Formats: sequence, structure tokens, C-alpha cells
Amino acid sequence: MDVVSSQTVSVEVNGTTYEREVEARRLLIHFLRDDLDLTGSHVGCDTGNCGACSVILDGTLVKSCMLLAVQADGSSIETVEGLSQEDELNPLQQAFKDQHALQCGYCTPGMLMSATALLRDNPSPSDDEIAKAIQGNICRCTGYWNIFKAVKAASGQEVGE
Amino acid sequence: MSETTTVAEPLVVEQAETKPGYAGQSVPRKEDKRLVQGEGVFFDDVKRHNMGYVHFVRSPYAHAKLRSVDVSKALEHPGVLGTLTGDEVALLTDPFFQISSPPGAHLKDFCLAVGKARFVGEPVAAVVATTRETARDASELVEVDYEPLPVLTDAREALADGAPLLHDEAGTNLTWEGVYEWGDLDQAFAEADRVLKISELHFDRFNSTPLECNGALVEFNKGTGQWTIITNNQFPGFAAIMMGPAMRVGLDKLRFVTQDIGGGFGNKITSHPQLVACCLLARKLKRPVQWTEWRTDFHLSMSHGNERWFQDTEVAVKHDGTLLGFRTTALDDAGAWLRYEPLGGVIWAQVTPGMYRWRHIRLDFKQVVTNKAPVSPNRGYSRMQHLWFTERVIDIVAHELGLDPVEVRKRNYIKADEMPYETPNGCIYDSGDYAKMLDTALDLIGYDDLESKRTDAESRGKLLGLGIGSTLDSGTNNFGQSRLINPELQFSGNNEVATVKLDIFGEIVVTLGTTPQGQSHETTASQVVADILGCSVDDVNVRAGHDSYWNSHAGFSGTYASQFAVTGLGAVKGATEMLAGEMKKLASVVLGCSPDDIELAEGQARMKANPEAALPFMALGAIINANNAGLPEDLDVTLNCRYVYRPPFDPPDVERKYGNLTLTYAAQVHAAVVEVDPETGVYEIVDYAAVDDCGKRINPQVVEGQVMGATAQAIGAATHETFTYDEDGNLLTPNFYDYHVPHALDMPPLKTGYVESPSPFTSLGTKGMGEGGGAGIHALCAALQDALRSRGNPIVYDSSNPYHRVWELLSDPEESRKRVAVETP
Repeated sequence: MDVVSSQTVSVEVNGTTYEREVEARRLLIHFLRDDLDLTGSHVGCDTGNCGACSVILDGTLVKSCMLLAVQADGSSIETVEGLSQEDELNPLQQAFKDQHALQCGYCTPGMLMSATALLRDNPSPSDDEIAKAIQGNICRCTGYWNIFKAVKAASGQEVGE
Repeated sequence: MSETTTVAEPLVVEQAETKPGYAGQSVPRKEDKRLVQGEGVFFDDVKRHNMGYVHFVRSPYAHAKLRSVDVSKALEHPGVLGTLTGDEVALLTDPFFQISSPPGAHLKDFCLAVGKARFVGEPVAAVVATTRETARDASELVEVDYEPLPVLTDAREALADGAPLLHDEAGTNLTWEGVYEWGDLDQAFAEADRVLKISELHFDRFNSTPLECNGALVEFNKGTGQWTIITNNQFPGFAAIMMGPAMRVGLDKLRFVTQDIGGGFGNKITSHPQLVACCLLARKLKRPVQWTEWRTDFHLSMSHGNERWFQDTEVAVKHDGTLLGFRTTALDDAGAWLRYEPLGGVIWAQVTPGMYRWRHIRLDFKQVVTNKAPVSPNRGYSRMQHLWFTERVIDIVAHELGLDPVEVRKRNYIKADEMPYETPNGCIYDSGDYAKMLDTALDLIGYDDLESKRTDAESRGKLLGLGIGSTLDSGTNNFGQSRLINPELQFSGNNEVATVKLDIFGEIVVTLGTTPQGQSHETTASQVVADILGCSVDDVNVRAGHDSYWNSHAGFSGTYASQFAVTGLGAVKGATEMLAGEMKKLASVVLGCSPDDIELAEGQARMKANPEAALPFMALGAIINANNAGLPEDLDVTLNCRYVYRPPFDPPDVERKYGNLTLTYAAQVHAAVVEVDPETGVYEIVDYAAVDDCGKRINPQVVEGQVMGATAQAIGAATHETFTYDEDGNLLTPNFYDYHVPHALDMPPLKTGYVESPSPFTSLGTKGMGEGGGAGIHALCAALQDALRSRGNPIVYDSSNPYHRVWELLSDPEESRKRVAVETP
């Protein structure tokens, strides 16, 4: 067990290409956070349940704690840090702010990535479709009600008071 | 999705003094811009050169003697930087100060297990390595020789002959007991038409599991002897007074730094043992060390909520449902250590009668230790357990006497015109209109149509039930109540601090003593400051987070126990008013008039009579800070103002256990409607209303967010969340697979409403809020009992009611009914 194999990993994250030598066992989330210093994505569990680490990999929503960094070699990854252009909040981020869809903000990066993936597939989701899309993301602060409203508002749909 | 309602006029006092302005508006949150961009700074985001990663070796046994702990193989592992064991800890530190009077006072609690492990997951050693993964690998090479001992997991067996003894030093598992009695119980039971007896009720063990686990990055500065602890502890003032004496250093050697914290809910108050271990390692290894708790470790070892049994309850009641009094024994399971306990043994007394007018109450509080994770505060701390009990009593009384639970509540609620109301134990409920709140909640769920909804549900083969949870969120502790636990303690009152300054370019800078975890302090503090200084909230810079080296802080500073809107904003208001006074004084000197002639508005200090004669804030800041030659010698102006808010408290009467234990009493009434499938016990929450009264709301959207969060946590606790142990003391729910917190698909429709009864006792009319009293747990228990009435009148006796328990109630209602009896004296 003294020998830990390493491998070179090359990924594009939010448009920037990174190449790093990493231990083969390193999780993608730790690669993003510790090796690339992209600390927006978070860790909330050991078991793939909480979704705080959600990112979009080659167009597919994934939990980055459920992948090894080496599995992401050659891929293109989107994280929360890539949502804003020039420090302007995008419509989804703005809706989260407007609707008070976050409190501590720890789940928010993963929640935003899940909602981003949903809105690409389904630009006008119903409440039920929103709930299904974020069921893999745990939020302990909001009870989700304002998150439903935010996603709805970001999609241009009416939200109740 | 939400609805609001308001009262036409304030119920008790006049509107607070502040001018119409930002206070009362849903100002967008200042915190959000960084958080939605992934630019928050949580402790695990911070790195230091050459830092080592800490991993704790944890006991796989619930109770075991440690014959030896051998770290030699771990130390040989490549990448390992060092270790820490209980033997070292016992030499380098003293046991943590115990809050309890004897016998709990005799516990010897260290940051790692010394001599014996007392619960599964208790840290027995720590390993530091160059990576997280290596530290984890190497921890498996630590060889611990355990001698397993008999295990105690059921509090009810803690006092039995031959029960395993956890702490030899205490000589008993009953670490604290206090008998509380007020009024005249004999008279109450003599006057009673009926006496209801309930043999046993059980409030289950859970916690609100913040998504971010505990952790810290700790550096030691050898030259100054000071540690910098970048952490998410939510009550650094408490951590410091636990850690300093144990580490044999003054509190100035412990610098606590936080920015963003990923939820707390009370669960991040008692991380001081792990922080001490990190401090010792940073000093020993001469490098920064970083500890990030794994989710499984959090579940195994941190901050479970208090589990409580209510035994041999007797309730004195009149035929019409008028409640006279009760007596009960509360048996509280503290787990293995008293890390914040036995404070739960008095905190419940803040809400002794709940919302009701009964005057004769006796409660024998017994706290025992067991081989389970230590408890510590969890949102609604200790009051939630007690309020669940009183709400259960109300519903059981109503059903057993054939009365309507809604009517019994209304008959017994303290009335609006009785406010401020002194409870049997001397607490002063400041304001509120509980009956109005109940009516509002009932309106929101369509109470008038309830019977037709019940019929409709029956036609679909479902059982419909309505339940009410009416609770108090007592806030701003009088720490003098700790003397009811231990008369030797020298704590009383409360305080919080803020500084507000005007800087050289006119920047308004606010620092707080608090450590928020999502409660929007930057936003609400800005609202209060902007209203007083006559500027925009955008002009107010509230420093994010807390640094005990730079932020002014007071002994009770922190974010816990429903108090920021009173203590934190009270301090902000005080400091801002001081600054406003200084700004006016300075302007009056420059403009040659009296300070009374000056007003602050639109970012200027100007003469009321001649608004053209004005100094922008920038000029004021520049004059004092950089251009002060020629100012009068006696001009006492710094434009840097610190204010300590100190609520008006007297120490309670220790003998009578009597006095005002908190300053404010926010109220909640929740109404839940459930539909139960009688074939399976599966149920669905089909309607839900949460009505809150926290006095003056500085930011209604933020208040509603807190109501929603507390509601969701209560729903989780009532339906699925439980820390279940097997008889060997293994936790069966140690991660989010087995411990099911609410997901998006679990959420019922929610309607919110409010009543606004300003507190007469606080400077802004506000009340602390956010904990919600667990109202949702109580409402769901009541709703299930209501739904199941036609199926043999089972009694809902547990706070946790997953589907299988409901199915058991349906299958064998008589079993649950053995717990209750109604007697006619």
C-alpha cells in the first residue's frame, strides 16, 4: 500500500485547460478544490447523496465526489465559478438572490449546477419537474420552497408571492 | 406559494422608534452575490503552505477500555507527519470545565478518549499526513487494543442495578437532577374533574445536520504563543472558555476566524474537543493542520439533539378542558459526555407552561449518560422537547375527553390582553396573540371545509387528520439560568457588541460580534444602520464573518439561541446612534451651529434649517482621520464607535428556580393536514400552514426564510430523521443514505402567515427568531393522531413517526393506548 500510482490529468474547466499530476485515487471534487483551487463546489457527504459537489461534465450533470479525477481526463467541466460573465449574475443566480433561495449558501453551487442542467433540457419546467431535477441536492436551510420559485423565475415563468 | 396576513395595529406597544425606511423591507441579501458565484470562503476553502491533514481514529466500540494505543506503524507510513494520542492529551491538557454541579461535575472530559472509549465514533487518536487520503490510510495502521465493556444505550436502564457505569468518577449515570415545582399541585389535582395519566412519551434523537461538517485550519505562532483557528464553530466565545483553561493558556492566545459557515443550527457549538486536538497537533508538528470532518464522523460523534422520555405524567383538567397543571418526570439522554449539558436541564424552563395558562407545574428533570454520541444544542434546543410534550398533552387530553383540540387550545391559551404575562416560574412573555395566530393558520389550511375534505379523503380510502403545533421560540438568554443548574457558576445576563465607524473616504464600516451561518446579518445590520445614518444600505459595509483578533466581541458573542434581532441589532443600533451623535457634533463645529440643528440625510450632515449647508460623510471622515488640525481640544469625536448591548435582566432566584430566563418570546402556530393510507401507514402532508410572530420584522423575506427552514427541519424530524442505535451501541444511520433528510420531492405545499406583535422590551421591537420551536413535529404528531382516531384511537407517543410506526399504531392501537388512562378523582 506504500505505492500510490499517479497519472497526468488534463481537463478544461470553465474554458481554461489545466494539466496536473494526480494520485489515481483522488476524487474529482478534491482535484477541483485542492489542486485547481476552484473551491466553489463543496463537499457535504461521503456517499454521493447531498449534491453540493455537482458539476456539469461534457454536458452531463455529475456529482464530482462520485468520480475520480482520472476519469475526467480529457473532459470539459463547468462549475459554479463559470456561471457569471464579468461578475454579472446570470438570470438563474439573480433569481436565487431575488427569491431568497439560499441562506448559508453551502448547497447553492451544486443546486445552481443542477438547475442549469435542468433548464438546458427543459426551459420551462413545472414545479414537479424542478423538484425531480434537484432531488439529488440537499438543502438544510430553505426547505426548497424558495428554490422552486427561483428556478421557475429564472425560466421566465410566473411565480406566486 | 406563501400567503401573508397582518394585524391592523400593533397589539401591545407602539411602533418602535426608528423612522420609516429600510427596516421592515425585504431588502435583497448582501451575502448572496458572493455565495451564488461560489466565492464564499468556508473554512475548508482556506489553505496554508505545508499544511497537514488530520484524521481521527475512532472507537468501533460503544464502551471499551483502551489497553493500549500504538501509533508506531502509522508513523512509519510515507507521508505521515505525526500523531496524537490520549496519553499525550492527558499530560498536555486539563479536562474540560464542567458546567454541571456534582456528580456531573466530576466527569473527566478530554479532547481524545483517555483510558476508555464511551461511544462508537469517539476519537481515540489523531493522525496527520500530507494529504487527506494518506491520513485516512495511516489511521488504519494505528493499533488500539480494546477491551469491550457492557453497553448502555437506553436511558431508562441507566439507573438499574448492575447497569454499566460510564464514568467511574461520577459514580452514577445520573449526572444531573433538578426538581422544579411551581404553584400548588395538591390543590390543582384536588380541583380537577379529571386526571389524565400518560405513562411514557418519547422525544427521539436527531439533529438538523448542517450540510457543511465541522472543521478547522489551525496555525500556531510559536513566537507569540498564539493559535489562529480558522473554523466554523458558531459560538467561539463558548469554545474559547472551554479551550483556554484546558490548554492552560489565556483566551487571547486563541484567535478564532470565520467567514462563511455552511449551516449550524446549534450543531456547531461543541466542536471544542476537536479544535483542541488540532491546536496540540499544530504546535507539536510545527506546521498548520487542517481537519475536515467526514459526514459519517459528524453523524457518529457530533451534536445529537437531546433525546427525552416523559414518564408518569399526570394532568389535572376540568370537564370543559380547562388545564390546571401537570406533573411529570423528564428523563434526558445526554449521550456519553456533557459538552453543553446539563444546560438543557434548565433551558426547557424558558417555556415551562408553553402557550397555556396552567399555573401548577412540577417537573423532575433527570439527565443520564449513555454510550451514544454526546448531545448538544439543536435548533429549538430543549424547549422543543418540552413543547412537544405540552402539545402532546393537549391533544391527548382533548381526544380522551372528547373535546376539540382547537377549542382546548383556545380555551387555555394566554390571552393577548394578559400580555406581558408572567409564567408560573417568573418568565415574562413579552407580547403576542396566540388565538389570532391559530385562526390565521386555520384560515390558511381551509379549516371551515375540513369535514368535507375528510369525507373526500375517506372516499379515496384515506384517513385525513388535522394537527396544530403551537410553540414559543424564546430568545436572548439570561445566562443567569445556568445557576439553576449549578449555583457555583458565575454567569448571568447576556451581551453582544458591534462597532460602527466612518472611515476616511466616508465609508461606513460595521463589525459584528456574531458568527452567522445563513441568517443574513450583513443585510439586516445594514438596514438598521442606513435608517439611522440617513444613507443607502449599499453605503454600509458590514464585514463578513468574524475574527476575534479584530472584531470587538463580548463574552456571549456568537450566533445561537434566537437573539441576533435583539442583541446583535441592539448593539448595531447603539453603536450607530453613538456614531450619528458624533457626526452631528463634528458637523456642528464645522458649520458653527448646535448639534441639534444638524440632521443626517442623503449621505450628508446638514443644517435642518438650511440644507445647503451640508457636509458629505466623506468630508466628516476625512476631517477626523486626516485633516484634524485646528479642531477644538475638547471635541470628543473618533467616528469609531463601539457599543455593547446588555439586555435588562436580574439573576434568577436559585432557591425558587424563578425569574425571567429570556427577553423575548416569539411564537409559532403551525397547522398540518395529513392523509394516511390505512393499509400501509404511508402518509402524505397535503396542506401546511406556518404562522409566525417575531415582533417587528426587520426583513420579512429573511424572516420567512427562517420560518421555512425551521418548518422543513421539523418535517424531517417528524417523518424520517432519527439517530437509531442497535443494542451494541452501533449507530444505524451514520450517513445521508440511512439518515433521510427531506429532499425536494418530500416537501408539502406550504403557506406562511404572520402576526406582528412588537416586543416592548427590545430597542427595535424585534424578537429573536429562527428556531421555530419544532412546531412542525408537534403539528404532525397531532395530525396523525387525529387521522387515526377512527381506527381505535391510538396514541401518538413518539416524536418520530416514520411509516412503519404509523402502521404499528394502525395494526395495534391498543398497545399505544396502554399508555393513557383517565381517572375521575
